[in-house]
Amino acid sequence: MAAHDAPYIFLALIAPFLAAAIAPLLTRALGHWAALPLALVPAGIFAFFCRALPDVQGGQALTGGYLWVPSFNVSYSWLIDGLSLPFVLLISGICALILLYSGGYLKGHPQQGRFFSFILMFMGSMLGVVVSDSFLMLFIYWELTSITSFLLIGFDHSREASRRAAIQALVVTGGGGLALLGGLLLVWNITGVSTISLLIEYAPALKASPYYFAALLLILGGAFTKSAQFPFHFWLPNAMEAPTPVSAYLHSATMVKAGVFLLMRLQPALGDTPAWETILPVFGGVTLLAGTVIGLRQTDLKLMLAYTTVASLGLLVMMTGFGTPHALESAALYLIAHALFKGTLFMVAGAIDHEAGTRDITRLGGLWRAMPLTFAAAMLAALSMGGLPPFLGFLAKEEVYEALVGTNPRALAFTLAAVIGNGLMFALAFAVALKPFVGPQRDLPGPHHGAASVAPPSALPGISHSRGENGKAHGHHIHEAPPLMLTGPVVLALAGLAAGIFSQAFHATFSSPMTSAIAHEAREITISAVPHLSLPFALSLVTIALGVVVYFLLDRAREAAAASLEAIGWGPDQGFDQAMRGLIKGAHVITRKIQTGRLETYIMVVFIVIAATLLLPMAIFAEWPSLPVWPAEAGIHELVIFAIAVIGLFAVVRAADRLTAIVSLGIQGFAVALIYMLYGAPDLAFTQFMVETLSVVILALVMTRLDLQPSDHRHGREMVKDALIALACGAGFTLLLLRAVQVPFNTSLTEFFSQWSKIVAHGSNVVNVIIVDFRGTDTLGEIAVVTITGLVILALIRIRVGGDVKPADNDPERSA
Amino acid sequence: MEGFMAVVVGIFFTVAIYLMLSQYIIRILLGVAILGNAVNMLLFVAGRVTREAPPIIGKGADMLPATAANPLPQALILTAIVISFSFFAFLLVLAYRAYQTLKTDDTHQMRLAEPEDAPPPPLGY
Repeated sequence: MAAHDAPYIFLALIAPFLAAAIAPLLTRALGHWAALPLALVPAGIFAFFCRALPDVQGGQALTGGYLWVPSFNVSYSWLIDGLSLPFVLLISGICALILLYSGGYLKGHPQQGRFFSFILMFMGSMLGVVVSDSFLMLFIYWELTSITSFLLIGFDHSREASRRAAIQALVVTGGGGLALLGGLLLVWNITGVSTISLLIEYAPALKASPYYFAALLLILGGAFTKSAQFPFHFWLPNAMEAPTPVSAYLHSATMVKAGVFLLMRLQPALGDTPAWETILPVFGGVTLLAGTVIGLRQTDLKLMLAYTTVASLGLLVMMTGFGTPHALESAALYLIAHALFKGTLFMVAGAIDHEAGTRDITRLGGLWRAMPLTFAAAMLAALSMGGLPPFLGFLAKEEVYEALVGTNPRALAFTLAAVIGNGLMFALAFAVALKPFVGPQRDLPGPHHGAASVAPPSALPGISHSRGENGKAHGHHIHEAPPLMLTGPVVLALAGLAAGIFSQAFHATFSSPMTSAIAHEAREITISAVPHLSLPFALSLVTIALGVVVYFLLDRAREAAAASLEAIGWGPDQGFDQAMRGLIKGAHVITRKIQTGRLETYIMVVFIVIAATLLLPMAIFAEWPSLPVWPAEAGIHELVIFAIAVIGLFAVVRAADRLTAIVSLGIQGFAVALIYMLYGAPDLAFTQFMVETLSVVILALVMTRLDLQPSDHRHGREMVKDALIALACGAGFTLLLLRAVQVPFNTSLTEFFSQWSKIVAHGSNVVNVIIVDFRGTDTLGEIAVVTITGLVILALIRIRVGGDVKPADNDPERSA
Repeated sequence: MEGFMAVVVGIFFTVAIYLMLSQYIIRILLGVAILGNAVNMLLFVAGRVTREAPPIIGKGADMLPATAANPLPQALILTAIVISFSFFAFLLVLAYRAYQTLKTDDTHQMRLAEPEDAPPPPLGY
């Protein structure tokens, strides 16, 4: 790949979104076979990026991009190196298999096209996350993965459990995304660079900064929520409400690794500090143990897998946190191995559910005869997950132990955690992959075929517990999953085997460049699948022994885990519910307080704010106007008219009956008209006379028809309070006006109109010229307002309300 | 003169706002009617006042005499008077209709949109 490939890389990055746009149409035309053409998109992206392998193997990083917001130095730029390339290939390769799998899994589902569309959108977002070089682009894609994950978890939106899981995932991962944004912006401020590739050069300055710890915590907030680290792990098992292909793809193989990816990406920039090497291993180790112990308790195949995913993510964070050469190598190996075996096991669990009708481990058994190929894939994956040679999982686990062993207390503690965690994961791997297939044949609910097309969406595979009980579905012939659903698990399981056997080629192509990229220096991985006598190998044997023991005591282990978890009683999952309920209740209380439903309160608040707006600036900047002087030049007739206006005003307030109020309103209105007349505004005066007359007439017409008490109802404190607010506003307007007339008057507009009214517009009455000529469009708008108001009034008067229909009753059937 | 008129404008505002703070629709409407006058007077005074010289260009002249009143606020107010009148008429009829239906003009009892005993929001998902 070379520089001229940039447009093609960009095209590859947006292709999934384009495919997502056409997926529903394609599905409408082709049905579930649309999976085949759609799978070509990720397969094509996979093939395209394979061309970059030779460059990346040589330690090169492909960078490129476009300026996005040049003024803020924001770019759309990518960084494809040893770390992001394996991710790109995993994301696109598994997506192709998942699309095929969902073609079979959701066959006949009415919303299958939407599902394909969401999956492809997710793939585009995830590709963006791993190739992003620019901080802002990383953040946007990061949040896009949260949003698409929300859509996919809530795919079966008619069930409350799905909706809850979707909201929970969005709140936790979206909130973490905001923390990540804060952290990235902080890093941007400290270093002045906004791309990851440049950031590494500034690592010493960054680590020396007093804001390093804050930035680290924020970024870890993003990574830990996304990668489901304790105590944010709870959303991931709940996300199993999603259809199984989603669990296989997002919630084990790819999206949940975004947090680990971010930590690996930033390891050279942020890592190698005491904070990093304490927080990451501790949280990772706790997550590893918590995940496996809670996983033991489960009886649902998917939930068991989900908790082992949590545990695996904990292991990855722990190893990334150690930061030693072996630790980073083991993290890289384990990450790829996990994506392969966990994707397989999830697809197997889905296939079992699809064919046998249940995922309950206590009810399944003896399926190997009916589903030999599924069984084979499951075994290959479980052997890798259990860490047996010659699988990739074995290499990863050996490397983990190689990195951890030591004699100091810290090394011992983490080695112990890793051995216990891996041992329990071994037991869970075989509980999922072996238990359902061996033993006597059981009476099972049977396949889901065609169920989705006739039943409501809640009949998705996976909610099948009630199906067996209602008794109508017994005695089915269970058979192998359809080819579309077999391709994925078989290919991924074989890939895990091949990577272990041909470990030299695998290291050269993937793991060595990946480790080099994480460590930001050249590294070579040599570990092979041939067992060799050493301390790590001894630990492996201990792990396997522990796993075998737990496997055979699984039922007892489950009871023990359940008992100890019940003793704790409360978890972050319940905490989330409490927090959400608290949010709603709190919002309700606040809304009730602010929005009392009383018009009086709202108007009061408005006028208090207006008074404050008028008075505070003058008080703060000490810009009080000088006091007005008594107008000595004013004639007695002028003063009398002002007096009449003021008397009219107070008469309105004090009026004891409605006729007095109306007449007083008229008095002040006519006084205003006279004031206009006195000060050179005859047009205004005429209009005011007309309008006041009409107002009084209409008011008299309306008010005499109502049985109202127009006199003031207020007493005592209420009256004083309202009067104070009104006085404050009145004083504010007076002071504003005084201040305004005490500055020099800008006459430029007045002069303009004076100058051009006659010459250009040929009118002598300047006011009229302004209205009909210079501002003619305004007047047109005014006329339109008056017309519309007239029509509305007419409509209001003519509507006759009959009987006892409530005005707020918006039910169309009843008001019809 | 403007200083004195500013005080009168302040009285207009005070009375209008005092009426609008009432709990009865009909007094709020009286307040709205006065508020229109108050705002118009504010504009009028802010454009400075002159005595008895309307902004009309005399015969033979091409421009206003220097003593003429400022035409700009007058044009603004002319529009505002008409608009506030239609607004007032609309509110009046609306209040009338509300009274016909609800048999009250007490805003405390007009709680159809935000009922006092509204149920709390659902806590589920």
